[in-house]
Amino acid sequence: MRRLLIAVFLVSASAIAYEILLMRVLSIVHWHHFAWMIISLALLGYGASGTVIALARKFLEPRFEAAFAASALLFSMSMVLCLALGQRLPFNALEVIWDPWQFLYLAELYLLFMLPFFFAATCIGLAFTARRETSDRIYFSDLLGAGLGAALVIIALFLLQPQRVAIGLAALPLAASILLVSAPRTRGAQGRAGLALLQLAWLLGLLYALPQDRIGLRISEFKGLSQALAAVDARVLDERSGPLGLLTVVESPRVPFRHAPGLSFTTQFLPPDQLGVFTDAESLSAITAFDGDLAALGYLADVTVALPYQLLERPRVLVLGAGAGSDVLLALYHGAEQVDAVELNPQMVDLLRGPFAGYAGHLYEHERVTLFAGEARGFVARHDERYDLVQLSLLDSLAVSGSGVQALGESYLYTVEAMARFLARLEPAGLLVITRWLKVPPRDSLKLAATLIEAMHGAGIAEPGRRLLVMRNWNTVTLLAKNGDFTESEIALAREFARQRSFDMAWYPAMPLGEANHFNRLDRPWVYEGIAKLLGSEAGAFVDSYKFNIAPATDDRPYFFDYFKWRVLPELWQLRKRGGAGLIEWGYLVLLATLAQAMVAGMLLILLPLAIAPRAWPSGTGWKMGSYFFLLGLAFLFVEMAFIQKFILFLSHPLYSVAVVLAGFLVFAGLGSAASGCIARRFGRHPTVTVRAATAGVAALVLLYLGLLPPLFESMMGLGDTARILISLALIAPLAFCMGMPFPTGLRLLAEEAPGFIPWAWGINGFASVISAALATLLAIEFGFALVLLLALLFYGLAAMVITQSASAFIWGPSRHR
Amino acid sequence: MRTGSLILAILVLLAAFPAAADDTAFATARIALVDELRAYGRLDPPPGQDGFKEHVLEALLDVERHEFVPDRLRSEAYANHPLPIGHGQTISQPYIVALMTDLAAPDEDDVVLEVGTGSGYQAAVLAKLVKQVYSIEIIEPLAEQAQRRLKRLGYENVTTRLGDGYFGWEDHAPFDAIVVTAAATHVPPPLIAQLKPGGRMVIPVGGRFTVQYLLLLEKTEAGDVLTRQITAVRFVPLTGKH
Repeated sequence: MRRLLIAVFLVSASAIAYEILLMRVLSIVHWHHFAWMIISLALLGYGASGTVIALARKFLEPRFEAAFAASALLFSMSMVLCLALGQRLPFNALEVIWDPWQFLYLAELYLLFMLPFFFAATCIGLAFTARRETSDRIYFSDLLGAGLGAALVIIALFLLQPQRVAIGLAALPLAASILLVSAPRTRGAQGRAGLALLQLAWLLGLLYALPQDRIGLRISEFKGLSQALAAVDARVLDERSGPLGLLTVVESPRVPFRHAPGLSFTTQFLPPDQLGVFTDAESLSAITAFDGDLAALGYLADVTVALPYQLLERPRVLVLGAGAGSDVLLALYHGAEQVDAVELNPQMVDLLRGPFAGYAGHLYEHERVTLFAGEARGFVARHDERYDLVQLSLLDSLAVSGSGVQALGESYLYTVEAMARFLARLEPAGLLVITRWLKVPPRDSLKLAATLIEAMHGAGIAEPGRRLLVMRNWNTVTLLAKNGDFTESEIALAREFARQRSFDMAWYPAMPLGEANHFNRLDRPWVYEGIAKLLGSEAGAFVDSYKFNIAPATDDRPYFFDYFKWRVLPELWQLRKRGGAGLIEWGYLVLLATLAQAMVAGMLLILLPLAIAPRAWPSGTGWKMGSYFFLLGLAFLFVEMAFIQKFILFLSHPLYSVAVVLAGFLVFAGLGSAASGCIARRFGRHPTVTVRAATAGVAALVLLYLGLLPPLFESMMGLGDTARILISLALIAPLAFCMGMPFPTGLRLLAEEAPGFIPWAWGINGFASVISAALATLLAIEFGFALVLLLALLFYGLAAMVITQSASAFIWGPSRHR
Repeated sequence: MRTGSLILAILVLLAAFPAAADDTAFATARIALVDELRAYGRLDPPPGQDGFKEHVLEALLDVERHEFVPDRLRSEAYANHPLPIGHGQTISQPYIVALMTDLAAPDEDDVVLEVGTGSGYQAAVLAKLVKQVYSIEIIEPLAEQAQRRLKRLGYENVTTRLGDGYFGWEDHAPFDAIVVTAAATHVPPPLIAQLKPGGRMVIPVGGRFTVQYLLLLEKTEAGDVLTRQITAVRFVPLTGKH
């Protein structure tokens, strides 16, 4: 038994680690949205395994050890081989709207990546089925493995490139396979010898592949990194792998980078030499060559982001999202007295302090610069200093892309609450400055203006319009929010700055419409008109009637980058062939497509066979117990995802949140599972008591946390990392403990009354977990995470009702075995 | 060896026959494509112009787009969408080519600079309309391929070179129009300097497969620079009476 528990632990740990790893690899070679879509579908392998075990149970159960060992070996092999093969399919995510063949390649990717998850789930599903009398201990091993696997892979990703991590991970299920084959109970000497031989061969294969990069990363040729490297003489200087992204430093001497957003047409200066830094082979930022001579950086006087420096004298500056340092350089150029720079990704900091420190002129060691590695919201919460200028860099947040839990990237930098806190860090007459790319028609610029206005209203400012100043060129918009009203002389300075550089003012107090669209003309002065409407009495009606979602994002619905509105889709779809495809907001559609595909595929793989397969379980089991495990799958993931979100702010790092919450939930749920076994033995044949007690516990805790967490977090944000991690675990522990009970209790009930249904239960639960990820995101975007949690409670409640009814049918009802 | 040669000969012959049939099919497809583009027309054309200028559409009718796409995609050459041409580059959607060409307002005496030769298709279309086209490409294999292709197809008034387009082509400046294939974070000031007063620059902004809008940059006779964002489609971001 101990061998089996260890084997389950190993398989489960490597399965979740592989999922996170795959997310990283696919985000690098393709794009984040599609990576998420492919993995969501691949997880249906979990559901499919249930179907296969159910149909082949009579054959597999007597050969349990061999079947488990074979499946674990296949899992190990498919982890590596599918990763290598999947990258060789000519899938081009960007071309899906034009080329129907792409859907075929996409389907092939789904099927390919389903394999490893199918084999992993077959191992665990088999264990539940064949060793059903100990399902609580198996579930404990399963959850413990998953929890530690999630934490393990995040650490491994700091040390190795993702494709190499895959090879290391493949060793775990191989070990599990070897454990089971060498178990004394394994039947059939011939089969054992064959398996052992295969295991040995594969072990040698892994040892051969490990030191060399046999899998490699085949990055889409349409990604920024590939394009940069296509230029003559361009080459990679350095590469840093990490769970927050793969950083690649590129030198391109013949075709230099010249990254200078918002540079004026009229400038007499050109950007100096730069190195490009790509995150996940996309989103370029630049390390600018700096030899200490600020005069060589003349172009920094002619960019839109230079505007605030015209209005401030030797400011104390806070740069949020310092990245490769462009905004720090800007501040130094303009004579900032002190620059506090905050950067989330420690590896970016390493690059700037290590190999490229000299190139960047030791920017982060400069006497006027202090660098803080961390997340912006957390920094602002923990430091009470005030600044003359708080600058949010033009870097779209990396979101939790490393974790594989989100389709549309959430961001806590652009919410009403975030703006309120940034504004509160301003000295009197201080400025908050945010620059965004200008979309046509405008989306993020108006959404940001709406967010700032709401934050100012919340702070009791009656006329936010007097504190706003907006300037743009053809592709960027810079918003300034002041702690105080803008004065006539400031406005005059800003207008003169703009005029000399062919920039357009898009808002200042009492600005005439005629000034809005002069140098850089849109069809209409959309930005000016939009801001005027947002400041007026009919702001709500304007937001409603705008064809993109520009309602402010909040901490409960932190989806700043979601601009999608349903009712515009038919219009845009019609326009796509005429050049309107760029107007469609694809992220949301990808999410919907994922959900729809997962539902259809899940029904085909799980529910359809369930409906037509010959039944061998008592009535009251099928649909009722099916819905029990379905509801549990939904509810568990809903709570888990909502908590990852809630804890991002508190732990002030998306990675800490994913690691702590996932590991916390899985480990404590595992303990709950083990405890449910003890409780069941004490309460005898009344398993529903456990479920009802656990559900009541979950309900009480979730309701308590909904009210308690925000003020609790607010008051404890100032504590150190370790204290906050421990507090998080303490908060998660009782909830997860309760959540770990209903699943094994249901399995125990089945083990006694309807063992044939166990694989179905496993498959249905897996199916629910798959669709719950997409569904929870969709619900959070539309209604917020509070609702996701309340729905989870509803599902737990319904599950408790269902099992109470089913249990009475088994235990006290007439036997109706067919 | 002999068997190999025989098989090769058969394959060449087999390939030659459909080619003849293909040419007619391609011509028909080209006419259909140009009709489609004419029907879509151009949004908000300058006063006195209805839809696309006819000579722009005629140029598209003349240029054999199937010669500019990879062999395996020839059957797609006259569909109104972009196609990958290797090295992460695309041949633009025909509608966007028509629109960019129309916005560049080419005249038969014009000298035009193209930054980003790619397949050479846009250069070929321009070559039908202006006196001389200069085109720069940063990706070596594409530059060589386009140069050979344009020469083979007889485009005598296109000169290409490998290099960085940021500094334009000083030797042949100033230009009546400049067409840039992909937008960077900013419009290169050297390019603006090489634009004649009264000249126009056109830059598509957005992804490789989905253009968001075209940036039309005009240099006035006085030397001032003005830009306009040209969307291919009429899309008012407000419903109702706002």
